[in-house]
Amino acid sequence: MLNPQQLHDQLSTLAKQEGINQWDLGAASGTDLSVQVDRGEPKQLKGAQRSAVTVRAWTSDGRVGITSSTDLSIEGLAQALKGAKEASVFGDLEEPPGLSCRSLEPLIPLERPRLALKPIQNLLKTLLDAERQLLDLHPAINTVPYNGLSERNGESVYINSLGSQRHHLSSSSACYLYARAEQDGRKPRSAGAVRLAYGSEQLDVQACIKEAAELTISHLDYSAIDTGYYNCVFSPEAFLDLIGAFSNIFNARSVLDGLSLSNRDSLGSTLAVPFLNLWDDPLHKSNLGASAFDGEGTPTAPLTLIEAGNLAHFLHSEGTARQFGVAPTGHAGMGAKVSVGPDWFVVAPTPGIAAGDAQLNRHKADGVVWIDSLSALHAGVKASQGSFSLPFDGWLIKNGERISIEAATVAGDIRKVLKTILALEGEPLVTPGGMCPYVWVEGLSITGET
Amino acid sequence: MSFLDSQWQGRLELLLAAGRAAGADLVEIFLERFDRLSVLAEQERVTSVNPSLGCGAGIRVFHGAADGYRDGFVSTTNLSDEGLMQALDQALGMLNLQRGISNGHSFAGLNPLSNYGSSKQNWLTQCPGVKTSADRLLEGTAKLEQHGKHLQARRGSYSRDWQEMLVAASDGTFSRDLRLHQTLGLSVLAADGEHRSSVARRFGSSDNPRDLIDWDADAAARDISASSATMLYADYIEAGSYPVVLANRFGGVIFHEACGHLLETTQVERGTTPFADKMGELIAHESVTAIDEGLSPQSFGSLAVDDEGFEPQRTTLIENGILKAFLSDRAGELRTGHARTGSGRRQGHSYAAASRMRNTFIAAGPHSPADLISSIDRGLYCKVMGGGSVGPTGQFNFSVEEGYLIENGVLGKPVKGATLIGDAETVMPRISMCGNDLDLAAGFCGSVSGSIYVTVGQPHIKVDSITVGGR
Repeated sequence: MLNPQQLHDQLSTLAKQEGINQWDLGAASGTDLSVQVDRGEPKQLKGAQRSAVTVRAWTSDGRVGITSSTDLSIEGLAQALKGAKEASVFGDLEEPPGLSCRSLEPLIPLERPRLALKPIQNLLKTLLDAERQLLDLHPAINTVPYNGLSERNGESVYINSLGSQRHHLSSSSACYLYARAEQDGRKPRSAGAVRLAYGSEQLDVQACIKEAAELTISHLDYSAIDTGYYNCVFSPEAFLDLIGAFSNIFNARSVLDGLSLSNRDSLGSTLAVPFLNLWDDPLHKSNLGASAFDGEGTPTAPLTLIEAGNLAHFLHSEGTARQFGVAPTGHAGMGAKVSVGPDWFVVAPTPGIAAGDAQLNRHKADGVVWIDSLSALHAGVKASQGSFSLPFDGWLIKNGERISIEAATVAGDIRKVLKTILALEGEPLVTPGGMCPYVWVEGLSITGET
Repeated sequence: MSFLDSQWQGRLELLLAAGRAAGADLVEIFLERFDRLSVLAEQERVTSVNPSLGCGAGIRVFHGAADGYRDGFVSTTNLSDEGLMQALDQALGMLNLQRGISNGHSFAGLNPLSNYGSSKQNWLTQCPGVKTSADRLLEGTAKLEQHGKHLQARRGSYSRDWQEMLVAASDGTFSRDLRLHQTLGLSVLAADGEHRSSVARRFGSSDNPRDLIDWDADAAARDISASSATMLYADYIEAGSYPVVLANRFGGVIFHEACGHLLETTQVERGTTPFADKMGELIAHESVTAIDEGLSPQSFGSLAVDDEGFEPQRTTLIENGILKAFLSDRAGELRTGHARTGSGRRQGHSYAAASRMRNTFIAAGPHSPADLISSIDRGLYCKVMGGGSVGPTGQFNFSVEEGYLIENGVLGKPVKGATLIGDAETVMPRISMCGNDLDLAAGFCGSVSGSIYVTVGQPHIKVDSITVGGR
C-alpha cells in the first residue's frame, strides 16, 4: 500500500539534500489477474505486480527535469530524484510546466467500491462457462479466439513540494468475448462484446455472451455493398471512438503546438449542428476509471466542450491554462512536457432544441449504413488534417432489415461530420468510453469490397 | 546490479528446482533491466527529456502435456528472493500446483551461461548523451525549416532503449544478452488555408550506438519536405478497386499485416489463420517468396537470441508461392508441433513471449519498378504506407500516406486518404510482379506479447486488384 505522507517525508528529505526546492511525484502500483481460454481449456493465466514512480524536479530558474522508475524504495526514489535533477539542465525555459495552483484544493469525494481480487480459478471457471455458452448458442460459432476476463486492484499517488497529497484506490474488472463463425463456402465472420465492472462478480457476463452471439450471428449472411455515398447511423461506441480520435479539437496542448484543428481564437466558433452538446465528465457514475485528480494533482470535474454546436472550452493542464489565462481543468498527465487529454465524453441533445429529424429510426430505415464499430483508428485517422478513412463493421439497412456488410471503409472529414449530423436518435447510452445516443450523419463515402 | 553477478545463477536454480519439484513440466524465468531515454525537439526548442529506469521478472510455468500444455505467467517488479518466490507460487497456483508438495520432477541445473552480451558492455556509454541527442534533433528541425514550405509544426524525436535480459529455464536454458534499439523520428504539419498535410518518417536500428550520430539529418529533412509539399494540395482518392504498386521499404507492411501474422503459431493455436493446414500448398502467387529472419546486422528486428533463449534463424515462410514454415516459439512448438524458429518475443518482463515476426520481407524479383508501373493503365502507386492491422478473420487494412494515380503506365497526380482493405487468401495470389529493389524499413508491431521492434520490407510489388477506400 502506498503511503502519501511517508513518500512526502522521504522526498522532502531527499530534495533538501539535493538542494531542490520544487518537486512533485506521481506513483502507481497494483495487482492484475487475467485468464484466457481456448475451446474448453485454459489458454493462459496471468498475474502481475506493478509499480512505477515518476519524479520531477525544478531548477531555481524554473526548468524541469523528470525521471521514471519501477523502484518505489527509498533508494529508487533517490535515484529518480537525482536523475530528474540531472535532466533539468535540459529543461525548456520558454514554456516550462509548473505545479498546479489547484493541487491543494479539496477533491470531490469519489464513492466507488474497491473490491478485493477473486482467486484466479474463479475467473477461469467463469470464462470457461461463458465460452461454452457462447459456442452453444449457434452451430456456426466455432471458436471464441479473443477472450479474456481480468481483475485489477490499483492505487495512485500524487504529492508535491507545496504539500499536496492525493491518493486514489481503485478496482476494476473486464470481460471480452470475440466469437468467430464460419459457414461452408463463406468467409469467416467475427464480432464481440465487452463488459466492465468494479469487480468480476459485478460483471454482467450473460449480457456479454448474448451481445457477442447476436452480433456474430447478425454478420453471417453478409453481402458486398456498392461503393457510394450513404446516410450513416453511428452506434454510440463508434461515434465516441471517432470523436476521441479527433479530440485535438478540444486540446489546448495541441492548439499551442499547432497540431489541433482549432486555434486560440476558436472558442465560441460553430463546430457542430446546434442540437449537439458534448462534455467531458470524468466523475460520471458510469465512468469506472474515474479519478478525483489528474497527473498534476488538479481536481477533475465535468467540462463543457461543445454547447449548442459551439466550441465552449478547451481541456487544460497547468501549463496550457497559464498561457490561456484560465484555471487548469484537471486533464493533465505528468511529464517534462505535460500531455492533455479527455477522460469520458458525454454526447447529448441541446436542452430545449429538437435533436434533429425526429422521424429517423434505424429500425425502419432504408438504404442507410449502420456503423457498429470502427477499426484501425491508429492508421486511418489523420487527426491534424481532420480526415479519416476507416474499416468498419456494420449493416446496410434495407426496409428496416439489417444486412451485414462484407468489408468496407467509411471516409470523411470530422468537421463536416459534426456539421451534417441529421439527428441524435434515442437517449444517450452508456458505453465503456462515454455516453452517446445513436448519431445520424448525412452522406459519407462508403467503399465496398469487390 | 547486473545479471552477470554470479549469485543470480544460484537464485534462479533454486526457483527452477522448486517449480519442477512442485510438478511443473517446465519453468522459465525472464529477467530484464532497462535504461531508456526519450528526447523531443519542437521547432527550435527541446521540450522534453525523459529518462526511465527499471527492472522486472516474468515467470512462466507449463504443465500438462495431455491438456495441450497449460501455462501460468506472473510478472513482478520485485526482484528480491521473496518477490520472485511469491511470483513462482502464484504461477504454480494457477495450474493447481503447490510448492512443497513434491511430484518427483527433478531439475538438472542450468547449462553454462550463453552470454551474447559480452562484447556489448560499453554500448550504453557509447550512445549519445542528452546534449548530443538534443543537438542532432535540433539540427533536424532546422533542416526542415530550411527545406520545407508552409510548415506549421516541426518535430524531431529520439528514443534509446537499452536492455539487459537474462532467461533461465528448467530445461537448462541460460542466456544473457544486451540489446540496444534506437529510433529517430521527424515529422511536419504543413498548412496553407484549408489545405493540410502531415508527414512523418521514423528510422530505427538495433545494436548500433552510433546510429544517431551518423544520421543524415539533411537527407531526411529533404525527403519529408518534398513529401509534405506534394501532399499539401493532393486530392482525395476516388474509392474503388484498383491495381496497385506498393513501393519498397515500408510497403512491406502489406505482407506483415495481410499474411505475416497469420503465419505465427500463436494464430495456429487460436484457430484464426486460414493457413493452418496448408503447409506445402500454394497460398500466394508463384512470384512471391517471403522470409522472416532475425539475423541482418543492425536491423530493427534482429536479435542475438530470442526472449526464450533460442537463437534466431532465417525462416523461409513462402517459397514461390508455397507455404514452407510457420514462426514458432516455445509454446507454439509444444502446442502445434512446429519447430521453434527463434521467434519467441515480448515487449518486456510483463508479457509472456509469443511467436512474433522479426525482419520480414518479400524477396526481390526480376522486374524494375518502372516495369510494374508501366504495366498498369489506371491504378494507384503507394509510395509511402502508414500503419495497419489484421482482424480475427484475416481481414487486413492499412493506410496510404503518399499515393499517386497511375494513368496509362505513368505516375500522375498525388492522392491522399486511401485505405487498402482485403484478406490474405484473396490478395496473396494477386501479387503478380516483384521488383528488383528489395529494401527494409523499421517499424513497431503490437500484438499479444506487447509492442516489439520489427523490420518490414519488400521490393516494389504489383497487386492486380485491391479495394481502396477513399472518397
